[in-house]
Order: sequence, then C-alpha cells, then structure tokens
Amino acid sequence: MSLLSRLANALRPSRLNRDIDEELEAHIQDAIEAGRDPEEARRAFGSVLRHRESSRDLRLATWLEALLADLTFGWRQLNKHRAASLAAVLSLGLAIGACLAAFRLIDALLLRPLPVTNPQSLVYLTYPYIDNLATVQYDGEIFDYPQFRILKTAAQPYAELLAITGTSLNALSFGGEEDRERIHRQMLSGTTLGSFGIQPALGRLLTAADDQPNASPVAILSYEYWTRRFQRDPSILGRKFRYGTTLVEIVGVTQPGFTGTEPGAMTDIFAPTASNAKALDNPHWGWFRVWARLRDGVTPEQLRDALQPAFRANREQRIKNNPNDDAHRREQYLNAKLAVHTAASGVSDMQREYRIAMLVVGAVAALVLLIACANAASLMTARSVARAREMALRVSIGAGRARLVQLVLCEAFLVAVAASLVGALVAWQAAPMVVARLQPSGAPARFLLPLDARVAIFALALLVLVVLLFGCIPAVRASRTAPAAALRTGAQPARLGVLHALVAFQVALCFVIHLTTGLFTTTAQRLTTQPLGFQPQQVLAVEAVSRLGNKDRGWQPVIRQLAQLPGVESVGLSGWPLMSNNAWTSPVWVNGNALGSEECYVLFASPGFFETMRIALLQGRDFRISDDKASVIVNQAFARRYFDGANPVGQFVELPGDGKRERMAVTGLVADARYTGLREPIRPTVYLPIDSEGAGLDWGTYNIRTTAPDPMAVSSAVRNEIRRANPKLRAANVHRQTELVEQHSVRERLLALLSVFFAATALLMAALGLFGVLTYAVTQRRKEIGIRLALGSTAFAITRSVTASTGRMLLLGAIAGLGAGLLAQRYLESLLFETAATDPAVLAMPLLALLSGTLLACLPPVVRALRIDPATTLREE
Amino acid sequence: MPKPDSLQGSLDLLVLKILSRRPRLHGYAIMAAIGEMSEEVLKVEEGSLYPALHRMEEAGWIRAKWITKENGRRARIYEVTAAGTKQLEAEESRWQAVTGAVNRVLKMA
Repeated sequence: MSLLSRLANALRPSRLNRDIDEELEAHIQDAIEAGRDPEEARRAFGSVLRHRESSRDLRLATWLEALLADLTFGWRQLNKHRAASLAAVLSLGLAIGACLAAFRLIDALLLRPLPVTNPQSLVYLTYPYIDNLATVQYDGEIFDYPQFRILKTAAQPYAELLAITGTSLNALSFGGEEDRERIHRQMLSGTTLGSFGIQPALGRLLTAADDQPNASPVAILSYEYWTRRFQRDPSILGRKFRYGTTLVEIVGVTQPGFTGTEPGAMTDIFAPTASNAKALDNPHWGWFRVWARLRDGVTPEQLRDALQPAFRANREQRIKNNPNDDAHRREQYLNAKLAVHTAASGVSDMQREYRIAMLVVGAVAALVLLIACANAASLMTARSVARAREMALRVSIGAGRARLVQLVLCEAFLVAVAASLVGALVAWQAAPMVVARLQPSGAPARFLLPLDARVAIFALALLVLVVLLFGCIPAVRASRTAPAAALRTGAQPARLGVLHALVAFQVALCFVIHLTTGLFTTTAQRLTTQPLGFQPQQVLAVEAVSRLGNKDRGWQPVIRQLAQLPGVESVGLSGWPLMSNNAWTSPVWVNGNALGSEECYVLFASPGFFETMRIALLQGRDFRISDDKASVIVNQAFARRYFDGANPVGQFVELPGDGKRERMAVTGLVADARYTGLREPIRPTVYLPIDSEGAGLDWGTYNIRTTAPDPMAVSSAVRNEIRRANPKLRAANVHRQTELVEQHSVRERLLALLSVFFAATALLMAALGLFGVLTYAVTQRRKEIGIRLALGSTAFAITRSVTASTGRMLLLGAIAGLGAGLLAQRYLESLLFETAATDPAVLAMPLLALLSGTLLACLPPVVRALRIDPATTLREE
Repeated sequence: MPKPDSLQGSLDLLVLKILSRRPRLHGYAIMAAIGEMSEEVLKVEEGSLYPALHRMEEAGWIRAKWITKENGRRARIYEVTAAGTKQLEAEESRWQAVTGAVNRVLKMA
C-alpha cells in the first residue's frame, strides 16, 4: 500500500506539494482563528518549505522521483543536440535491428526447440558417408527402409525409432488434372506424431496401422496449410486428393504451430512412410532420416552402442551380396560408426547449409553493433567533457557519484530505447526479406518467424547490454569529476585518450567486417563466373512424369511436337536437367581396366540435347533416335582422364549393367559442361542415349531453348502440348535453367549482399565517429591553433598536428583488424571459394574503403582548423 | 517546563492515544489536544508535527482524508488504523515499563 502510494506520488510530485502546502496553511489559519497573532503563528510554525520537504520525502519514492528527473533532464539534453542524438539513435537502431533480425533467423533455424513434448529426448542417426569418388566424407543422414527395420528392432529396449523424410515439393490435385497444386509433403513413420505428443486439431493423427504396406492411403494436413488453403473448413475430413495415381484420404489436421521437423521448410501434408510402397523393400533406396525418441533414462551413447552391432552386421551382409574390390574402401565401409545427435531443434539440409553462414552473419551484426556503441560512447564522452562544469557543479552542491552515473545512464537508456524501437522495426522487416532470398528458385525457404517471448527477451537483453556498453565509459568519466579542477575557469584540459581508443576500436572492427566482405564478395564473384560449358539463358527445364508402362515408348515423339511450338528453337530430353541436385555416379572400365576408384557422372540424353544446351560437339556424332545403350558420348574431362586426351571416338568403355559390365562404343566427344555444383571441378561425364524411344523412364526433363528472352513465356504452351502429345505424360516442375544454375550460389550471393550492407553501414558509422572526434578536438584546440597560425605555422603543419594522433589510431586499428580478420578466416573457410584473406585483391578492398572513409571524415575538421582566424579566437579571451 | 524535544519518542504515542480516544482530528486539533490534556506542560513544536503525522501515515498506523469543515475550509483529518491500535498498545506498554523503571530508580536513590 504505502510503496504504491509513494510510487504514485513520485509520478505526480506537484500534486503532493499542493496537498502538503494546503495542510500546513490550514494549520496556520486554525492558529489565527484560535486568536493567535498571525505573525507569531507563522514564526512558531517555522519554515513551511522545510517541513514540506521533510514530509514530501516521507511520502514519495525519492529514488523514483530522482530517476524521473534524470530521465526528463536526459531527454532535454538529447533534444538540445538533436542531430547528434538522431545519428546515435539511427546508427544504434540499425545495428540493433540487424542483431535482432540475425537472432530471429538463427533462432528459427538452429535454436528453437520443436513444438513437441520433451524435445530434449529426440535424436537422429548419422554415419560417415564416403561418396563414390572417395573424396568427400561427411555425415550421411539418409537410410533405406530394410536397414531401418533392422535398426528399429535393435533399438527397441532403448528408443522408438522413427523414419522421417525431408520435406519435398510435390504435386497433387483436389479436383481434376487441371488444378494441380504444389505442396510440401513429408512422410513419417505412423507413430511419429503420437510420439511427438502432437494433438490433432481435427480428426485424428496418423497411426501405426496407417503405416502398413497395404493400408488404405491417408494423410493429414498441417494446421497452417488447412488455414491457408481451406480456411479451416472442418468438412475437409474424408475428402480425397489425387497424388500420382493414388487417391489419398484426409483424416486429420495437426495442432497449430507444428509445421514439420525441418527448420527452413514447412510441411503442408504428412503421409505415412508406407505410401512410398516401392521403396520399402529396396536396400538401395535411401530416402529418409532415422529419428529416435529415447526412452526415459537412456542416453544417446547407450542407443548408439546398442545399434552399432546391428548396423555393422547389416553392412557385412550387404558387402557379401555386392563385393567391392577395393580393400581400403571395404574396411572404411565396414568400420563406419553410427553417431547419435540431438534433434531437439529439428534437422534439415538448410541447417547444414546455413549454420556457419548464419552464425557469421550474426557475428558481423554484433560487430556492427559494437561499432555503433563505440560511436554513441564517443559522442557522449565528448559531450560529457563539454558538460564537465555542470557535473562539477552538481558534485559541489552534493550530488553523489552514483547520482551522476545514474544521470548519464538515464541519457544512454533513452537513446537505447529509441534505438531499440527503430531496431524492432528494422528486424520486423529484415528477417523475412532475408528468408525470401534464401532459396529463390521455385522452392523458397519457409520459416515461422514468431515474435514471441524468446525474441522479446533477447531484445531486452540487447537493450541492457547496449546501455552498459555505450553508457559506462561516459558514466565513469562523469563520476570522476573533480569539482575544483572543473570549476576553475580557463582552459579545460582536452583528454582525448578514451576517444582515440574508441576510434581505434571502431577502425579495427570496421577492418574485420570489410575483410570478411572482401572474402564473401570475391567468393560470390568467382563462383558465379565459373565456366558452365553450356548456355543456360533462354532454356526452360520441364520435368515430366510418366504413367507409361515399362515397355511403352512415348517420350521421344513429344520432342518433335514441342520443337514445333511457336517460340521454341530446339528441344532435347535428358534424365534430369544440368545443375539440378540429381547426380548419378558410376564406375567405368576402359579397355577392361577400372581406373582407380574414381567414378564418372552419367546422364541420359536424347538427340538434340547437346545442341539445345549449346554444348559443342568436338568429335564424332550426336545420338540418333536409333541408338541404344551400346553407344555413349563422353566429355573432354573423360577423354583427358581415360584416353590421355586422345580422340576417344571409336574406343570402348564398360559400365555396370544388370549383373555384368556392358560394353559400349564411344560415338562422340563433347565439350566439358557442368553437371552439378559450382565448387567442384568438371568431372569425367558419360552421356547415355535414352533408349530408342525413351522406354522405361519414370521421369525425365524436356530442355527447351526458346527464342524469347524469358523462356517461362512458353511454359503453359509446353504443358498443354505435352499432355496433348501423350496423355500418359504430365509436366511437373518447370524451372528456368538460369535458376537451376543460380541455386548453387544462393548462399554465397546472400552472404555477399548482407556483408556489403554491413560493411557500408560500419564504414559510415566509423567515419561519423572519426568526424565527431576530430571536430571535437579542433574545437578544443581552437586557441592553440589560432596562436600557431598567428605565429606563421603552415597549413601542412596544422593538418599534421590535428590528424597525427588519429593517423596513429587508424594504423593501430587496421593492424589489429587485419590480425583479427586473419584469425577469423579459419571459421569462414567452408563458405569461401578460391579466395583467402591474404589475396591482394581481397585485402585491397578494406584498405581502400577505410582510407577513403578516413579522408572524407578528416576533411571537414581539417578545413575547419585551417579556417580558424587567429584574430577572432584571441579576442575571445 | 520540559523542552519540546523531550517529546522525542513519545510524540507517536501521544498522537495515537489522542486519535484513538477522539478520532477524526486535524493537525491543529491534535496539537491543541496535547497541550490541553497535559495542561500546557507538553508542547508540540508546531511544524514538526506534520512530518511525524506523515511518517505514521506511511507506516500505516493512521490514515488521513480531506473533509470540508462547517466554516467551509478544508481540513485533513486523521484516524487510527488497526495496525495503529496494535502499535499504540505496544508503545503504551513500553512507555509504562520505561517510566515504571525510571520511577523505581528515583525511589531507591
């Protein structure tokens, strides 16, 4: 009660004053009424002011009153220096916004636990994966179903094993063929959602019974998709959609907020793993991750140890069926150890791809924030020097040191609050903008980016940190005020030590950011200018699926039909487009010998494919419709690697066929073209002809070169023509070939873009900081400079004396920044491509930027120093 | 005659006692009552009565409100709260104990 009334009184002190005054005055009136002499009554009463003050201090929270007074005073101070305050608020706001946005992304991608019960007991399995070229080794995550069954049994006492696929874009239709739509679909073991503790918002969840091979096909919708697509229509239960050739019934909707297990992707439809019936008994088809819900008290290590024997036994069995000649690889394969990792925050390819990149962006944002803090600190320090007399006066009339610190921190707090508001605005807009750039080609990254307690707590912590970071130096300075020295009239010693240190600090951070930017922009530039070996412009890649039987042939005639469409220049069919994420690798024998363990890329191609892609035919001939698998075309890398660069046409190669090697004649040699990925060198590649009329292909890609600059213009005509030419073929995904190429450098281009933005911001801030400090220094030394000028000092000497210490700070900062940048480079390596911090081209950029920024920042103060008129300054005394 | 500051420490007791007997008094009346009852022996320093009242109000022993008197002027009147009654009992017994002890010393000496 009483604390409340004191807090309330502190908020309206004038009302309290009136209250007390009235009571005291009433006393005197009573005394006069009682017949006392007014003069005497007042004298007897004593000082009204003193009594009021002592009553008042009893009746309000003095600390709060002081705080409010300081805040008001701080606000007036900020208002007085409006331009400087605005600069501080905006630069801090931008930096806080960048940090908040980075936090939202990092949190959504890496930290936020899945909205399931007890996410801490969720884990997933990996094994060391050695790719067919025996060069790359990473954590393999993808398992096949027969192996999953074995592991599931072995894990039974320790954990419940769950098969969970990635979220992939698929086409389905709720009506006829015409209204196909693309949705994100994820397949899971029937018991997964139950084990996650997900509640159905409508209907039921998937069950173990749904996940049996012959169960009737069912699926459930995510709440978010149900809302977006069906406006939460409850009659959706029991409705069926067509997926491929099957009709699938919708039996439920998940609870709100659960959008699958992959940060970076949101699942619309969940289906049981049994819906991929063809894969259930295929040991060569890896298609899902293995998750586990640990039973109470079981550690991940126990689960790993329990699974390892079953894992190895399975591999021993497989190697027996499929002996591998290479003893070393055989050892590697058998000795591979399972690993168990936490899956509390979900598991996704995007996490793997962007983990380091996001952390780097966060770190750079933090550096920018530090620069902004240093800026605000030097601004306030400079001001506090100017306010030294005010502080001294406060100390002389009895203000405690703590009160002075409070005064300065209040001002810092006001700036930080305003900056946080700006920052919130920036973060609100910036995070979705970055997400939109994550994967622009047809399958954009999708995140739930909730603005919830986690973000709010981070924002508050950031606010406190910022206040402490930029408020504490000026606050400590203010509290050290020695009244005697400060009140003395005359020259105030200009103590620039702290300001110079802050400048050096900013320069160092700025250098690190610019160095990183140099690395990222060079990487992006080198990656995007990698030679492709084909022309992606004006090419449309139309993936098509077939419902043709194995013996049907119908792919090739469609090529001729498509080629006759207006706007189409040429058409070629291939297994999948170049630069997609598909790859088929195979060992190759030349003249009966396997050449090392290196394997080649293989791709089906039709006549006209090379012409359409503008891949030059160097020797021999293109495929003919009559060609079968007995002929192949190889690229230059293949000829160099296997034929020492000699003409391979007419030679023979062997590829693994059905249980034996198949011998094929090389009929052509084509120029090198990129198969997938921009980072790897172009590998030996073998093109196989699509079986005379394309029999047996489940899916393929029509590559269409158009006459119009944007190939997408023919997209719907092509779709219709494919269906018309052969009703058993359907166009599925359609991409511009350029998009397929660009998807391999999305991360690098994003990093380059963000880091350029950060670098520009950092440079601007550092330059502003330097400008402020120099201007302040010149103002402080006006008289001295005036005397020097009067005594005949040259402009050069004045310039040198004004900028000398700054130059030293710059040098110091640049050296520190270079050192830090070189150290930081180690953590960036996986993001870089053919570049290093020691690269002169990379180093030149931060140096040039800093130098020009410094010059620009120095120019106005130097001009100001030179313009000082000795007569005026000396007269001021 | 005791100097006003000898009231130090007993002012709370006096105010509480008077308010418990005659609730709803304003500051001047409390002062007058102390003077009257002690036959003008005890005199409250007029100004310092109010900080004391406000302190006791903050402590929750008394509460105050504004009323309009018959003569049309406003007055801030006080009354004892439940906590104040308890406090009064405690202060009273302490006072009795102290004065009793002092009296015993005076008699024996």
